[in-house]
Amino acid sequence: MDKPFAITLDVGSSLANKTGSWRTSRPVYVDRLPPCNHACPAGENIQGWLYHAEAGDYAAAWRQLVLDNPFPAIMGRVCYHPCEGACNRGTVDEAVGINAVERFLGDLAIREGWTFEPPRSESGKRVLVVGAGPSGLSAAYHLRRMGHAVTVVDAGPRAGGMMRFGIPQYRLPRDVLDAEIARLTALGIAIVLDHKVTDIRATMNEVRADAAFLAVGAHIGRRAFIPAGSAAKMLDAVSVLRSMESADKPMLGRRVVVYGGGNTALDVARTAKRLGATDTIIVYRRTRDRMPAHDFEVEEALQEGVLIKWLSTIRNVDAGSLTVEKMTLDEQGFPQPTGELETLAADSLVLALGQDVDLGLLDGVPGLAIEDGVVKVDANMMTGSEGIFAGGDMVKSERTVTVGVGHGKQAARHIDAWLRGAAHVPPPPHELASPEKLNSWYYSDAPRTVRPTLDLARRASTFEEVVHGLDEGNALFEARRCLSCGNCFECDNCYGVCPDNAVVKLGPGRRYAFNYDYCKGCGICASECPCGAIRMEPEPT
Amino acid sequence: MHEVKFYQTGTFTVGNRLLPPELRTVQSETGRSNSLNSGHRACQGCGEALGARYAIDAAMRASGRRIIAVNATGCLEVFSTPYPETSWQVPWIHSLFGNAAAVASGVAAAQRALGATDVRVVAQGGDGGTTDIGFGCLSGMFERNDDVLYLCYDNEAYMNTGVQRSSATPPAARTATTPAVGRAPGNVFGTGKNVPAIAMAHRIPYVATASVANLHDLERKVAYATMLHGARYIHVHVPCPLGWGSAPADTVKVARLAVECGLFPLYEAHDGQVTGRTLIRRRAPVSDYLKLQKRFAHLFAPVRDDERLAAIQAIADRNVTELALEGHD
Repeated sequence: MDKPFAITLDVGSSLANKTGSWRTSRPVYVDRLPPCNHACPAGENIQGWLYHAEAGDYAAAWRQLVLDNPFPAIMGRVCYHPCEGACNRGTVDEAVGINAVERFLGDLAIREGWTFEPPRSESGKRVLVVGAGPSGLSAAYHLRRMGHAVTVVDAGPRAGGMMRFGIPQYRLPRDVLDAEIARLTALGIAIVLDHKVTDIRATMNEVRADAAFLAVGAHIGRRAFIPAGSAAKMLDAVSVLRSMESADKPMLGRRVVVYGGGNTALDVARTAKRLGATDTIIVYRRTRDRMPAHDFEVEEALQEGVLIKWLSTIRNVDAGSLTVEKMTLDEQGFPQPTGELETLAADSLVLALGQDVDLGLLDGVPGLAIEDGVVKVDANMMTGSEGIFAGGDMVKSERTVTVGVGHGKQAARHIDAWLRGAAHVPPPPHELASPEKLNSWYYSDAPRTVRPTLDLARRASTFEEVVHGLDEGNALFEARRCLSCGNCFECDNCYGVCPDNAVVKLGPGRRYAFNYDYCKGCGICASECPCGAIRMEPEPT
Repeated sequence: MHEVKFYQTGTFTVGNRLLPPELRTVQSETGRSNSLNSGHRACQGCGEALGARYAIDAAMRASGRRIIAVNATGCLEVFSTPYPETSWQVPWIHSLFGNAAAVASGVAAAQRALGATDVRVVAQGGDGGTTDIGFGCLSGMFERNDDVLYLCYDNEAYMNTGVQRSSATPPAARTATTPAVGRAPGNVFGTGKNVPAIAMAHRIPYVATASVANLHDLERKVAYATMLHGARYIHVHVPCPLGWGSAPADTVKVARLAVECGLFPLYEAHDGQVTGRTLIRRRAPVSDYLKLQKRFAHLFAPVRDDERLAAIQAIADRNVTELALEGHD
């Protein structure tokens, strides 16, 4: 009883009062799926590598990137970046220039000579990859990193597939392509060139392969029946682009007409311009909004002086000229002939009407099924023939380099599982971090860095790269525009805004934890989390 | 080359892993003083608990943890210190509802007599204890220019005793004593009692307004005011989910909208002259702010009360014009 007058209890801390018992719902930290990652055909963890790039740790960013895709410098040039179309920053100001940062990282890695980490152990298994295009090389890379021995066989004289023989140099300089392929051979992948596989099982036996991945692509230009005079010059786009890589450049003449509306049509038209054509006209059956080619490619082609005749088909071709017919779209959106004819002067006509798969190597393989001119595969990317997998343009897919690279990664996982006698079950995807899950107040406005484009006059006459890269300053600026959708970037908001000090800060890189002894479940942390990485859940009873 | 800025987090989040630690907020520090600790009995999502920790932690860092806090009666006192427990991790004294400013004046005089020149004295109270009951003592503290920083946490009514109207209750707001009934539901459209302006009229060295929605601004003002000498006054806007009928999760959002719509302007004044204001970033109509609060529900249902909404909007517009809160610095 030595307490002061009127005092009967010891002074205590309010920590004795566990206010967590008031809670009816509780906050939990989650990782939601950023829309960029969700949209990436190659399955890159874009938010993950931007997180490192923001801090200026480009080596870590590159290492994170190449876990999913071995070709950052190529991707940064030729990918149609669906990630940017999905980017939540687009709802705040403009999408983050993901593709530009990817290219910066890829170019930096080439400059710095960064190499892939070798596999931790060898599996003792060997996989044959047929086709050294994006899909085949991607599969080879992932299989090699999993510890399998890989032999890549290609019919062409050089590795790269459509990246070399389909994509013009002004979009993908060959030294970049060579550097990223050289990194694969340095990893121990054997690439055999000028070797056309005619019997897949025989070749598998020859290299003692336990499994095979087929990715020969689709490189046979589709033809259309167009009545043509004997002197008419008709070529297909794939051959034109392929011969750009050989000593004999194609002779297209001064006036070139390209037939088709895909990206290949634009590639060949822009190539013709660079080869000296004065008039390059694309003839397309439908309207611009229905054109399968990407809008920025159309825009760049128009800037370079390529003309496009919409709603037109080619009726017949003669030496020096061809006849086109005006079309009109019917109610279903199908082009219908109008009977209105026009003559165009043309030294050559290039058909860019799509490509077919050369299925020759599959003749006589039991169980293997072909559907609509492509190879049929099951959910594990295996063909009807045990141990033979297929991907890229030769299966049913959207035909882009990035989709091919994604197929290669998926196939590698399935092949790896199959070699171990298991099945690859992808983990269930995280919930999508859609814009309404973010609190955009905390992001300040910043314009997107526009990649400087080559001077128009210079661009039209050379095969120099059209789009230039970012330097370190603006690459960092661009990376920092990332909202980090759905994934904690340690902004301390939850730690700061909790009225009950019920958030524990665990230190750099270790994020936070809730102290449920005191968390009353008010939910301020969840609503003030900029990136939507906190979810309120009903309190378990 | 662009000047590289921290766009991802801007200047708006509590912390930023890309900034050197000394440039981050007090609240982002792992070792912050947590002056108002866990286990206090404030309601879920209490803006006052948040504002008090923000302010006292900032004063603690600015003074090197040499703070004595004097508390008026009110929610803050009741929820933080039910005998024999306390949540305060600072020397803290409570006397009466209306005399916090006078007690603080005395504490400051005692420190001066003891020669403790490094100790800073902070008085804090709610709007009831400041703008009504403690107003005489507050004015006296101002007029004598006593060496006290007075922090008013304004949640716009007597929340502790059951949401009765105070002189800080806004027009049209429903409280227990201003029910939403009759021809003019809710609080009257009076002439207002702008205590920051009254403080400025005393020509004391420093007056500022702050909000729990803008931590950087609040910490800067409190840190600056802590180390200044003479009478100082900071009026902090703190939403009350219980009394305002807003969702506990929306406390910071409601506070932010009060600033962004112009009803709670952020500014500071030296010696009676406005010397700085915080610009509105995304101007919002007052209805965005009001409709999150059930105390204003009668303005929207059963029929929208355009006349009173326009009158409240006019108050916001006047603030924006008078303080030039829109545009760029």
